Amino acid sequence: MLHISQRARRSFYFLSSILYLLLPTIAQAAKISEIGETSFTEQALRFFTFQDPAVRYALAGSMLLGISCGLLGSFIIVRRMALVGDALSHAVLPGVALGFLWNVSKDPVAIFVGATIAGLLGTVVVRWITDTTRLKEDTALGLVLATFFAVGICLIGMIQRLPTGNKAGIDKILFGQAAYLGAADVRLMAIVTAFVIVVLALFYKEFLITSFDSGFARAAGVPAQAIHYALMLLLAFAVVIALQAVGVVLVSAMLITPAAAAYLLTDRLHRMLWLAALFGLVAGALGCFASFLGPNFPTGPFMVLSATAVFGMAFLFGPRHGVVSRWLRQRSRAQRIQRENTLKAIYQVLEARDFKGESVSLRELAERRRETVEEAAMQSADLRRHGLATIHDEGNAVAVTPEGWQLACAIVRNHRLWELYLTNAAQIAADHVHEDAEKIEHVLGDEVVRELERRLAYATHDPHGRPIPSLADMQRGATAPERSREFIGYGKPT
Amino acid sequence: MNLLPPFDFHHVFVEPWTTEFASYGWVALMGFFVAAACGLVGNYLILRRMALVGDAISHSVLPGLAIAFLLANSRGTGPMFLGALAAGMVTTVLIEIIHKKSRVKQDAAIGITFSSLFAIGVILISKYASKVDLDQECVLYGEIVNISMDKPFAQIGSLVLGPPALVRMGVVAVLVAILIAIFYKELLVSSFDPALAFSLGINATVVHYSLMSALSIVVVSAFESVGAILVIAMLILPGATASLLSQRLPVVLGLSVLHAALSSVLGLHLALFLDCPVSGAMVVMAGALFVLAWLFSPNQGLLRRWLGARGELAEPVSEAS
Repeated sequence: MLHISQRARRSFYFLSSILYLLLPTIAQAAKISEIGETSFTEQALRFFTFQDPAVRYALAGSMLLGISCGLLGSFIIVRRMALVGDALSHAVLPGVALGFLWNVSKDPVAIFVGATIAGLLGTVVVRWITDTTRLKEDTALGLVLATFFAVGICLIGMIQRLPTGNKAGIDKILFGQAAYLGAADVRLMAIVTAFVIVVLALFYKEFLITSFDSGFARAAGVPAQAIHYALMLLLAFAVVIALQAVGVVLVSAMLITPAAAAYLLTDRLHRMLWLAALFGLVAGALGCFASFLGPNFPTGPFMVLSATAVFGMAFLFGPRHGVVSRWLRQRSRAQRIQRENTLKAIYQVLEARDFKGESVSLRELAERRRETVEEAAMQSADLRRHGLATIHDEGNAVAVTPEGWQLACAIVRNHRLWELYLTNAAQIAADHVHEDAEKIEHVLGDEVVRELERRLAYATHDPHGRPIPSLADMQRGATAPERSREFIGYGKPT
Repeated sequence: MNLLPPFDFHHVFVEPWTTEFASYGWVALMGFFVAAACGLVGNYLILRRMALVGDAISHSVLPGLAIAFLLANSRGTGPMFLGALAAGMVTTVLIEIIHKKSRVKQDAAIGITFSSLFAIGVILISKYASKVDLDQECVLYGEIVNISMDKPFAQIGSLVLGPPALVRMGVVAVLVAILIAIFYKELLVSSFDPALAFSLGINATVVHYSLMSALSIVVVSAFESVGAILVIAMLILPGATASLLSQRLPVVLGLSVLHAALSSVLGLHLALFLDCPVSGAMVVMAGALFVLAWLFSPNQGLLRRWLGARGELAEPVSEAS
């Protein structure tokens, strides 16, 4: 319940902020594009005070398109159809031109209908080509993309030559100009976005299972083909409402990039949808703002770069899949293994002299690890930082603390138990098991260790005849007086 | 509203070959060189299922061109070429990094990379519009019509060859053809049967990167004068059309050159008729030729399929012949 209410609250905040932006005012202002040279701060102020309806329309439109593109882009990413999105978004161009020709004006509805039909026709032709010829899907996508786009270019070239009619904005369709968005455009965008959200919410389960497990979807009686075409239709909607602001050429990036960023951050589709919508919204708003700062800046490229920046952040710093976080995790793991190996070496040095004396000189440690004394000193210092060892003899000797002793025993125990297991259970010769145990000793969990103990009947010695440290040994500590006495090895817990 | 201009046979079909030949002849030839070079390389891209890599590269060279222009402050061939080549390499590396270092799939990685680079290019161009001699639309459909104004003409001794861009493109097209002829076997085997190629000692990586370099060189030399759309289309359309008509690679290569010639000449006529961008019209004609091949292809054609459904021509097509 908490989950749902949180979601509802988030949607409420979100929708109310959009509604605020859409509030009509009486203030009349020039189109953004008519602004001459003004200072950066003036422009920014003008943007953020929302006094200008053109600014509000541009921003609201950019955010709406970000939401719908992010939502549908998520399905593109999980269904591996990124290139379909690219082809679809280029294929709408002739539809845009024909929609414009319908009554030679920038009528949003006519353009919307024309572009949607052209986009869907493009995907149908791709399907048709791959079904009837030996051409592969990527070839079919590429040729539909190029041909449809070229038809659109020719039509727009012819439209620009027309003597009559209001041609404003048709030439901006390639790279996008949010400043040309009007009230009618934004209204249409809001309707379409709401429609997309409603359809996705109603058929969420169907979209989910057809995206991930088509076999199961068929078995469950979900009409996968119908869902596919429904998705194509929604995709065409998202592309078409984004055209004005992003432009035909870069619309596919608004589908792919925010959703790919979301994909890096979560494994759950519903969270991915939320994140992708959020990223799309942020990219739309940032792009709108950036393009507003320059007199002749197209909006699309800035939106795409904002989305790429978001993707870059997710790529580098995503908590689970981010490159930097993974690198940090790897480094800390490598350091842990290093520390454990040093402790093991200290243990082995102590063992070699029957646990006489408390501390181990750095020279002995370095010899055992086949390293220089400087490296041994560095590792001892690292152990000391983690409270696992203390340094003695003016930095020339190291002694383990009780925690360090327990960890050292645990590692040696893991190593020897695994060696014994490999020789007993897997029939591997005793002189071949060391390498494997060297790796696995750092990753054996408590449960596995208990299981090994049980299977090996609480054996006391490893295949090389050395005692396996027991729980009692661990608790006794490295410096106890009876250390020099016989090692009791592993025994059944009493 | 008169969208279709009145059809003037003399203007559309006669003038380009008579009185206006001095300008339109070069245009048709340039279109042919671009389409042929792209088509030849494109055949191998199609075979290797890399049809959309050409799309990606032709988008992403744009920032390289823009930066090279801003740094060198001239439209000289050298800097432009270096810039575009660098951009092409950055693209390849970025795609690899995104694809290898995260769980984003390759198709999405391609999409993210080329759109971002293209966006950077467009922003640079619009920011420095007064300095850069390119504009946003020109990036897409080029200025192939202006090719004859590209003076002085290149010449060897006293022999005048033609506009420099055209000569450059012609050299590239001929080079591509020669390279394909020399390395015919290697390309063939590694495209169809990587395992056999490996056992014959053909280094697949070398072949791959040579093909990519050939692609970049073709894209870069074509880009500036004809725009991205013609390059992208011609990387795919000639090869796709030809492969509907024949199964044998030498025939396919020949047919794609023929397709290139036909679509550039017919495209020029279409553009003269409709008064629209020439590169766009060439692509439209190339697409129309594809549709014709799709209809009439001897063994994959729609007509044959429709007739076959009625019981005629029902015998299976032999693969071995």
